Amino acid sequence: MNGSRQIDNHGRLRHFLSIEGLNRKLLTDILDAAESFSGVTEQTVKKVPLLRGKTIVNLFFEASTRTRTTFELAAKRLSADILNINITQSSTVKGETLLDTLRNLEAMHVDMFVVRHADSGAAHFIAEHVAPHVSVINAGDGRHAHPTQALLDMFTIRRTKGPDFGRLRVAIVGDIMHSRVARSQIHALNLLNTGEIRIVAPKTLTPAHAESLGVHVFHELRKGIEDADVIIMLRLQRERMQGALLPSEHEYYELFGVTKAKLAAAKPDVTIMHPGPINRGVEMDSEVADGPHSVILAQVTHGIAVRMAVMSMAMHHKEPVTE
Amino acid sequence: MTAPATLTQKLRLKGGRVIDPANKVDDILDVYIADGRIAALGAAPEGFGATREIDAGGCIVCPGLVDLCARVREPGQEHKATIATESVAAAAGGITTLCCPPDTNPVVETPADIELIRLRAEKIGKTRIVTLGALTHGLDGERLSEMAALKNAGCVGVSNALRPLANTLVQRRALEYAATFDLTVFLHPNDHWLSANGCAHEGRVATRLGLPGIPEAAETAAVARDLTLIEQTGIRAHFCHLTTARAVNMVARAQFDGLPVTADVAIPYLYLTEVDICDFDSCCHVIPPLRTTQDRQHLREALKRGTLSAVCSDHQPHEADAKLRAFPSTEPGISGLDTLLPLGLRLVDEHVLELGELIHRLTAGPAGILSLPFGTLSVGASADVCIFDPDYTWQLNTDTLLSNGHNTPFMNWEMKGRVIHTLLAGKLVHSLAG
Repeated sequence: MNGSRQIDNHGRLRHFLSIEGLNRKLLTDILDAAESFSGVTEQTVKKVPLLRGKTIVNLFFEASTRTRTTFELAAKRLSADILNINITQSSTVKGETLLDTLRNLEAMHVDMFVVRHADSGAAHFIAEHVAPHVSVINAGDGRHAHPTQALLDMFTIRRTKGPDFGRLRVAIVGDIMHSRVARSQIHALNLLNTGEIRIVAPKTLTPAHAESLGVHVFHELRKGIEDADVIIMLRLQRERMQGALLPSEHEYYELFGVTKAKLAAAKPDVTIMHPGPINRGVEMDSEVADGPHSVILAQVTHGIAVRMAVMSMAMHHKEPVTE
Repeated sequence: MTAPATLTQKLRLKGGRVIDPANKVDDILDVYIADGRIAALGAAPEGFGATREIDAGGCIVCPGLVDLCARVREPGQEHKATIATESVAAAAGGITTLCCPPDTNPVVETPADIELIRLRAEKIGKTRIVTLGALTHGLDGERLSEMAALKNAGCVGVSNALRPLANTLVQRRALEYAATFDLTVFLHPNDHWLSANGCAHEGRVATRLGLPGIPEAAETAAVARDLTLIEQTGIRAHFCHLTTARAVNMVARAQFDGLPVTADVAIPYLYLTEVDICDFDSCCHVIPPLRTTQDRQHLREALKRGTLSAVCSDHQPHEADAKLRAFPSTEPGISGLDTLLPLGLRLVDEHVLELGELIHRLTAGPAGILSLPFGTLSVGASADVCIFDPDYTWQLNTDTLLSNGHNTPFMNWEMKGRVIHTLLAGKLVHSLAG
């Protein structure tokens, strides 16, 4: 199962594939570790020697800037050697299979793969087939999971709203159907006993049996964000206009775009989040994105500390930082 | 080892429990075979001198199984399996007739293609392979195939397999043209626009795993459209592997109304559901997808009632690499020849079917759909016989699995019931070693 593959016999992280299968203690441990690492990232010498001599490969089968860069920075701050490999087309065009690619990299004595792939389940597949000493971190697989993004979002909420998620109402707005981010966030929020989790989307972007994920489903923005403590906006991909999922960006913005006026329905101290990159004038207007409620840039910063925590823990360093 | 058998051999199958649902036979009887045909049941024909006796004591003696849908991957995909490898697996599974869909490479669309498969199967001599011809030229969904020629060459029906038809007009014309030659059309009901790039049932599991979903409506919309056109054209049609309760109900209603439609179920769908893919198990990647537990229950009941009159293997052997990818990129399909009978017998253990009913769904049921004179032990019929020990337990594993395709989610399952002897037209084509 999800849990057993990523957790070793001592209950420690072996791989990091999905939020599903973690327990609350482990999730909180990671957030605590990230908290201590965030001190490191704010120092003038932003390095700790925890992963010195380790080799990490960023294996990206799908384009990414933010995630890849923050993983790279996180690895460097842990003093690991990091290699970026982008396989959007090249190897598959040459006929090399995913497993062959892995075997070749393993032969270079890699200790960890950070993997992004367009297929749901790709990280699980890789974790199932890597050599025993190699750890796999899921940096996004299809529509399935993006667990480090969800963790940095929880980290950001915890910093902004405090550790008691039980009193929070969190609304996730946008393309839930195609979003690995939303799925991981929902699992994490449930694990932290969040008071209420809502998803807000037109029916074309709401997955089948969405309630079974443990959320309340809304199709109207105003009702969905009413009295919300946190609003998480999701990125709307342009190609959604092609598959008859939406008529236009304009109508989406009219109905689901967050503006300052619409925010009045939420709590006065509402926090606005977005995994990036933002489409201004589609998901939200600039007044909201750059306004006092927005923590969007803080999310990016937190991404580094969270990824340092996950990488060091998966490399079996139980006490990541002492000083 | 067995002595070489010839057609002139006179065989006596001694002391087995003979179950022949087509003739409502279920009794301890001897079976007499001469010249490759059933000579008598019970008492020996006058002057019958058996040249060989086979002890069937403690075993069930039934007609050789007829599998409505099995891919042997030849021609064109011999890296997955061949007629030689799959014939051995079929014979060991008690299957004496198997029907191949036309989606080989090249597709089955000329008399030569049909001849090639038939001759190769005859040369191997382990099982009889019949073929469906392509419904459209190259299965392109746009131009008609030369169905008269295909029929003359011996195809048992026509089908577009899993490939889509361009539009409903093409479908109407193709059905009408097939009806001209009294060919049965085998339909795989799937609305390709609705199923899009899906790889799992659109339900709780696909939502949780983020797998692109195939809604129930992909099947029901296709069945509704197909039934309308069947009524319009008067064609005899067969629905391959229904998976949803609603589609089954629509077919039951059409049968009640007197439409000439039949339907089958593939055996994995009687055991597995969407839940079985929970850890991205690519062996459970099948098209159409595994549905819900309610659908599975409904399929079992419809099999009992006879709305579904056949169980098939939907055998799709793959090389290991085809499944060694992330779930959505793996090739769909389960290798099923080895498990058709034992998984069927499990339905009897689970009180879904009586033994006689199961054997009917594996023999006379599918033979009737194919309009073939097999699947029975009637006097004069081809002596295709399956003799199995219903209490023999064994494990399905890489040693016991005979198909070239090891892609099965039933790997390492304990199986009960094993074929001891298989006869094809009176010739012993399989005997369990030891």
